[in-house]
Amino acid sequence: MKNKTLKNIFIALVFIFLFLPIIILVIYSFNTSKMNIIFEGFTFEWYKTMLTNTDLLEAFANTLIIAITSTIASTIIGTIGAVGLYKYNFPFKGLINKLIYIPIVIPEIVLGISLLSIYTLMKLELGMPTLILSHIAFSIPFVIVSVRSNLSPLITTYEEAAQDLGANPLNTFFKVTLPAIMPGVISGATLSFTLSLDDVVISYFTAGPGSNTLPLKIYSMIKTGITPDVNALSTIMLLVTTAIITVSAIYQSRNIAEGGKS
Amino acid sequence: MNKVLVRLENISKKYNDKYVIKNLSLDVYEGEFLTLLGSSGCGKTTILRMISGLEHVTEGKIYIDDVDVTEVDPTKREVNTIFQNFALFPHMNTWDNISFGLRMKKIPSEEIEKRVKKVIKLVKLEGFEDRLPSQLSGGQQQRVAIARGIVMNPKVLLLDESLCSLDLKLKRKMQLELKKIQKQSGITFIYVTHDQDEALTMSDRIVIIEKGQIEQNDTPQNIYRNPKTVFAADFIGESNIIPSIIKEVLEDSIKVITNEDKIPFIFSKYESDKKNDKINLLIRPENIKLSKNELKNSIKGVVKDVVYDGSVTKLFIDTEGDLNLKVNTNGNIDIKEEEEIYLKLDEEFVVPIRGKQNEK
Amino acid sequence: MKSNNKVFKYIFLSPVVIYSIILILLPLIYILFLSFCKSDSYGGVIYNFTLSNYLTIINTTYIKILLKSSLIGILTTFICICISYPFALILREKKEEVRNLMTKLVMIPFLTNSLIRTYGWIVLLRKNGVINNTLLGTNIITKPLELMYNNFGIIIGMTYTLLPFMILPVCSAVFKIDNNIIEAARDLGAKPLQIFKNIIIPETISGVFNGSLMVFMPAIGYFFISDILGGGKVMIIGNLIKNQFLTARNWPLGSAISIFLIIVTFLLVRVYQKTGGKLDDLGGM
Repeated sequence: MKNKTLKNIFIALVFIFLFLPIIILVIYSFNTSKMNIIFEGFTFEWYKTMLTNTDLLEAFANTLIIAITSTIASTIIGTIGAVGLYKYNFPFKGLINKLIYIPIVIPEIVLGISLLSIYTLMKLELGMPTLILSHIAFSIPFVIVSVRSNLSPLITTYEEAAQDLGANPLNTFFKVTLPAIMPGVISGATLSFTLSLDDVVISYFTAGPGSNTLPLKIYSMIKTGITPDVNALSTIMLLVTTAIITVSAIYQSRNIAEGGKS
Repeated sequence: MNKVLVRLENISKKYNDKYVIKNLSLDVYEGEFLTLLGSSGCGKTTILRMISGLEHVTEGKIYIDDVDVTEVDPTKREVNTIFQNFALFPHMNTWDNISFGLRMKKIPSEEIEKRVKKVIKLVKLEGFEDRLPSQLSGGQQQRVAIARGIVMNPKVLLLDESLCSLDLKLKRKMQLELKKIQKQSGITFIYVTHDQDEALTMSDRIVIIEKGQIEQNDTPQNIYRNPKTVFAADFIGESNIIPSIIKEVLEDSIKVITNEDKIPFIFSKYESDKKNDKINLLIRPENIKLSKNELKNSIKGVVKDVVYDGSVTKLFIDTEGDLNLKVNTNGNIDIKEEEEIYLKLDEEFVVPIRGKQNEK
Repeated sequence: MKSNNKVFKYIFLSPVVIYSIILILLPLIYILFLSFCKSDSYGGVIYNFTLSNYLTIINTTYIKILLKSSLIGILTTFICICISYPFALILREKKEEVRNLMTKLVMIPFLTNSLIRTYGWIVLLRKNGVINNTLLGTNIITKPLELMYNNFGIIIGMTYTLLPFMILPVCSAVFKIDNNIIEAARDLGAKPLQIFKNIIIPETISGVFNGSLMVFMPAIGYFFISDILGGGKVMIIGNLIKNQFLTARNWPLGSAISIFLIIVTFLLVRVYQKTGGKLDDLGGM
């Protein structure tokens, strides 16, 4: 049984490694000291300071706007794209199917500089629009892959059955296809939302001087010193995203359970 | 009788404080083909896994060749298992699968070569050495699995429902082949199945397991002719079970009557037999004689259902005394539903079962 | 009905086709084009065909950075493999609910921004950080350890940020192994180490390649980790490209390095596919 204890210790160590930096950040968000060095006492002060730090809040708002708009756009494009690529044949389908994997496999920095170059070539001014466009660009493939895992010949059968019963293509898509692939759509959307919140590299190249996102703001602050109100904001972000992921996970597991019944 | 090769001594197995196997003892003899037969969840696979060492024994001892192996690691037992789904290593070809165990034991390569070639010949897989499991048919995969076990020269080969994933025709063929391989290799086989046909075709001896206990342990013929319990009678072959009562206990015989029925049967007496004891009578469907005319000691019935099943016709007959009997006849007799008919139950074919009463 | 279907075909296909051409294909072609151009001293691009950018990569100090960065990437990948295998094998023995919960927990740190998490490591690793303070306070060491602004710091940061990308595919490959196969190997006399070498590794190799691809490529590209935890002293390929685009403003050279990375990526993807890996499993989290 000694063996078993050792194994559990190993698992525990891996989780400590994964969670330590986050736990430290959360703890220091309640620290009375301004420096993230020694824990001196408990306070909510930084949460109040955070609310008055307009720079920080603006960056946070930008981050949220980008995440939400790019998630909505990439989920719509990715979902109908996955269905379209599954159902229809056309010239260069093979090429498109390969292109889609490129943003997943190539280093983010390469995607970042290539987007930067093409924006410059097109004389697009860098800012919120280019940021959102870039986030859409790297999220779509993840949505497509996620939705595709839910597409099967069975769905084609359902669609044919629906059309046989007189449903038009629009009805068929919304009443038959979409509900069947919903779990994939939800997990694709969740993934694209978290990827957008997490992204540093692509935003770094496509933000431009005027717009600031939370990661970029923090990046610039690291050089001058980070104040605990950033910790406070990060703690809140962590809570919010965990809640979103949990809700989506519950939705999915319930969906699977229901699917199992019928 | 040959010497005892595997001895299970009062073994029990508990999962979460519940006994799956309780106090079971069994001897397996050298060179025999023994089948553990039972419905799913009866504990037969657990017994097999305890012999192989893949499962721990909660209480009791297991001996292989007179050596106590209860605490011996599976890697060190001279026992090999053929798994239900064959468990072939998907990334290895036939040759590598079969030679795996020998390679793990660091046997010299010339010897590996010799031994693997020999079993490949035995299981008729020549020419398939380079194929991956996914490129083999079900029957071929089955052979690789058997060869992989046999090549180790185990004292006992354990087979866990090894034929059940094959289709019916292939299954029949492999049953005969398996029996042949067992004879040729001389290795003791312990086979686990829920399929009575398999058990009857291949086994030297059948052990019927129910709820973790041995229900009957005998040759296929004896179990078929003289089942000790209603469960055994029902599990092996088709049966009619007639609940009855001991009417009279004589000096060395007993007189038994069925419900309200006038026909008495006389059987030799057991010491425990007492008047008014309940007793079950077994008669196999093929042993009931039918006649359109009334015979001596026959009972009258009405045919309720006629099912043609190839060479036999199965009749379901309600008789006087409220019995529902199955009767198998050859196809010659011309009987329709709702027709009246007389049934003759010959005493020589009727088997009294004293075991557990009215289990069904 | 027929023409109606055609309209739907266009509706379903045009967004994804336009997207993949404008935002994937075109930028890459443009980068390829730039990599064969010259740059002038003011950061502009002269459209003259030249191979000089590629020659610059091979000939100068750049090759040293490429090699060193690759070494950091390989080391990070290797450490991730060494953590993921035991992690997956131990979890394999647990109940399915425990397993699912644990693999979900691995994802939780990802819900904060990677930069914030990297900053968390500064708080832990710096001279007067949590680790040094604890060790000094308990008298295990007398002088603070140099835990960051060096290769060690970068590798910790990379391993930390990328570990889940290895754990998840390795876990899903290890959990998929049929238990009967492992029991069969045991039954045939294979000892634990032999089982690992002969059964587990061959069965999970495509999962490991999947993870390696998702760890190695970012590990040579995440310039912000080497910036923050390496203190700007250590350059990785990511820094090199970033500098060419933003500081030195030599876009053609930066493009050539990027093309080099793309070629490496494609080669690794080929290897992954050769081991039986599917493209759809990449980056699935």
